[in-house]
Amino acid sequence: MSDHSPAQKRTTGSGTAFFARSAVLITVALLVLPITFGLLGTLLPAFGYLPVLGGNALGLETFRSLFATPGLAHAAVLSFATGLAATAISLVVTMLFMASFAGTPVMTRLQHLISPLLAVPHAAAAFGLAFLIAPSGYLIRFVAPLAGIDRPPDILIPHDPLGLAMIAGLVAKETPFLFLVTLAALPQVDLIASRRLAASFGYGRIAGFLYLLWPALYRQIRFAVYAVIAYSSSVVDVAVILGPNLPGTLATRLVQWMNDPDLSARFLASAGALVQLTVTVGAILVWYGLEHLGSKLLRFARDHGYRLATDALLRRFSALMIGIIGVTVFAGLGILAIWSVAGLWQFPDLLPESLTLRSWQNALPRVLDPLRTTLVTGLGSTLAAIVLTIGCLERETQTGRAGGERGLLILYMPLIVPQITFVFGLQLLFIGSGSPYRYAALILVHLVFVLPYVFLSLADPWRALDRRYEIVATALGRSRLSVLLSIRLPMLIRPILTACAVGFAVSVGQYLPTLLIGEGRLQTVTTEAVALASGNNRRVIGVYALLQTLLPFIAFSLAAFLPAMLHRKRREMRV
Amino acid sequence: MRIITRLLIASVIAGIGSLNVLAAEADVKDWPAIEKAAVGQTVYFNAWGGSENINAYLEWVAAEMRERHDVTVTQVKLDDTGSAVAKVVAEKAAGRNEGGSVDLIWINGENFVSMKQQGLLLSPGWATSLPNWQYVDVENQPTILADFTEPTEGLESPWGGAKMVFFYDSARTDQNDLPDDTAQLLDWAKRNPGRFSYPAPPDFIGSSFLKQVLHEVTADPAKLAGPVDEATFDADVEPLFAYLDELHEVSWRSGKAFPQNYPDMKQKLADGELDIIFAFNPAEASASVRAGELPETIRSFTFPGGTLGNTHFVAIPYNANAKAGALLTANFLISPEAQLRKQDPMYWGDPTVLSMEKLPEADRAAFQSLDLGVATLPPGELGPVIAEPHASWMDRIETEWRRRYASGN
Repeated sequence: MSDHSPAQKRTTGSGTAFFARSAVLITVALLVLPITFGLLGTLLPAFGYLPVLGGNALGLETFRSLFATPGLAHAAVLSFATGLAATAISLVVTMLFMASFAGTPVMTRLQHLISPLLAVPHAAAAFGLAFLIAPSGYLIRFVAPLAGIDRPPDILIPHDPLGLAMIAGLVAKETPFLFLVTLAALPQVDLIASRRLAASFGYGRIAGFLYLLWPALYRQIRFAVYAVIAYSSSVVDVAVILGPNLPGTLATRLVQWMNDPDLSARFLASAGALVQLTVTVGAILVWYGLEHLGSKLLRFARDHGYRLATDALLRRFSALMIGIIGVTVFAGLGILAIWSVAGLWQFPDLLPESLTLRSWQNALPRVLDPLRTTLVTGLGSTLAAIVLTIGCLERETQTGRAGGERGLLILYMPLIVPQITFVFGLQLLFIGSGSPYRYAALILVHLVFVLPYVFLSLADPWRALDRRYEIVATALGRSRLSVLLSIRLPMLIRPILTACAVGFAVSVGQYLPTLLIGEGRLQTVTTEAVALASGNNRRVIGVYALLQTLLPFIAFSLAAFLPAMLHRKRREMRV
Repeated sequence: MRIITRLLIASVIAGIGSLNVLAAEADVKDWPAIEKAAVGQTVYFNAWGGSENINAYLEWVAAEMRERHDVTVTQVKLDDTGSAVAKVVAEKAAGRNEGGSVDLIWINGENFVSMKQQGLLLSPGWATSLPNWQYVDVENQPTILADFTEPTEGLESPWGGAKMVFFYDSARTDQNDLPDDTAQLLDWAKRNPGRFSYPAPPDFIGSSFLKQVLHEVTADPAKLAGPVDEATFDADVEPLFAYLDELHEVSWRSGKAFPQNYPDMKQKLADGELDIIFAFNPAEASASVRAGELPETIRSFTFPGGTLGNTHFVAIPYNANAKAGALLTANFLISPEAQLRKQDPMYWGDPTVLSMEKLPEADRAAFQSLDLGVATLPPGELGPVIAEPHASWMDRIETEWRRRYASGN
């Protein structure tokens, strides 16, 4: 994300310089243009302009009928509140856990439990949770024989009106994300020295960490937190699976309107998308206020010398929370796995009466096409993203200037602007272009969402690499290109592959963009999973959710094992 | 910023300049020409994808079409037919009048009316010119020519019937206690609180339940065949909502949540959350028992006074890319062979649209020897058919339903 100033005469390898400069341009265009166009495509119908449906004049009529829709305010408040609550809980859990255990063996152990959670797609995690906590779910089946329950109790979970189940589902997925983002930022603060300093003054581990390190850490992860707010306040799949449905959240209402057979609802959907944007922006603004409040509180506590010396209970609580999250998601996946091979399985049996491979046998021949599309799209967009990212970072290395806050903000744009508010417009644009290159368009749209994650996961290791290796190589007369290819990239092969795995996982998980740009002709495992989920057949859901989870796991495993293979003969590189 | 502006302009120009022209007009009267034009075409069949056995049936259709006509049929799995309608609308908005992305669409009722009124369907009517139309039972199934009272005018071709049927688990629920109409159903629900519900509209099955109730509580059901009369609408639907108010108090989750759709109700019947469920396919329960989703003690019943019935269709959008292939597919779907497999509960199990009298002897015998399964009522016991009300009723009732029960008040 560097500033593109005129030619850099210093650099000798003009090919590399050209590549790096173009990479920056393309990256910025990729991050900014689709959102701009997409929002435009949503904006016009919102103000009544969509000629085919007889909307030719600009006006506020649509908004008038939107605000007259019963339950709109309720839906908006629900989106706003669940989004903020899920983010706050995820952040607090992450913060307390980091404060308690950063730099300890507990951390290393739990880190191995948490990292794979990032690869579990949201929908799969949500289904797993639903199968656990529903009145006919696994938890009740466990206690049923003891409590003498032979029929599922008539309790409204999930889909509870307050959205608690939905918040739980979001927390289970967003905490690992924030956890790993914070973990990545951790090397940039002086952990050991600060811990020692705080301890020597008699501060508890948590208090010491919060006073000395948290403010700097938080600055690093701020945009990631905003992305979590945006995601949580506009999510569709998790809301459908776990959220309240009478009325649902704003985003689920929008999707209903986009699909309403009464075509004038299309205007409503566009106007509603703008309300969604307002809700998300509003949530971020409120969060901004909370940030200030938090920092005031922190300063107040610090200035008054609250040492919180005995915080063992709080520490254990934070570890417990992280543990529960990990165990819940994995247990959910386990139950999905059992359902995928279940024959007849009635309440309150703990295991099915019979096991059968029928669900898998039915699904496998049918899943080959979507699987191919998933792989091609995932690999294509990841490959493009990694090349562009390397180009941008190389540019940064050449100019010695990083993009700073503004660059970071552009990078986070596709994650902060709610997907649903601009993909609808993008679809109109794609159809309007009459372009036959649907595959290319799909890869391009995925790239918009893959790129930020790939960049974010590679940027820190790239910047952390000791530049003296390259200075030595350059002094020995190597060109910039040769230095890049034979020194930097091989040394960074592990983080590069990890970034690729992250990118691939993001691509696999994309639902809305695939649905709209693929127009049903290009189907991925995820669009298949959600379409089949509408049938609510637990066995089929089990099969597809597992398939959906399997792909990212394979990618991450490859990222872990390939470097070891590649560096078999270079012991020092096996880090 | 300058480069961004330039990119913006470039892509707008590209968008305007490249409207696809792929005209391949098809005259349905000249069938050999259509068969020839269809060779090598790919038909994107937009159909609800929530049921595995239906998807498997469509795969069989695809294999047959490839074998017989060298036409590739690809199912685009929808969770709501409205999204396929939305696609055609978006394409019309973008001026894509040729080479559209939807070739064939599984449709009926409000979606059909909506597309017909917006001029989004291939016209003039073509269905009655299909070679296999000769077998279609237009005499005894009035819903083939009037879809939710809207004249079909050959703009859509039928491919299956539907009839509302109820299911229960005879191991849990006493057969003698079963309701005979919606009034008795309400009494039953009061005696068994929390054990009955229906999918929230606009789910197709949920809306159908509302129509069943509407028909039974309306003093003059003939009124429902015509469009809604705004002046009397509130009074007309008052008995329906009075019924629902009473029902919700004793229904599953006290009416604060509803099952998603009928497969969801099936799961809840298996879990013991619900005791009486319903579907639009009389063979649904038998198919589920065979698939191990429901216990073997499941049985069917229907209302002696009649339950709702209708027909589902396929239609072709005006801008379909593979019109000839789509026509060929629509014709195959009403062939005796395809209809036989569709009625077989091994594969799908819903009632055929063909007339037994019009069929050749061998085909008729094949239909009569179908094993419908232990949980399926024989055709003679399905009871009378109640016709769908005019499509305008459901629009208004769904909105009203949402206002009353889904606004969070």
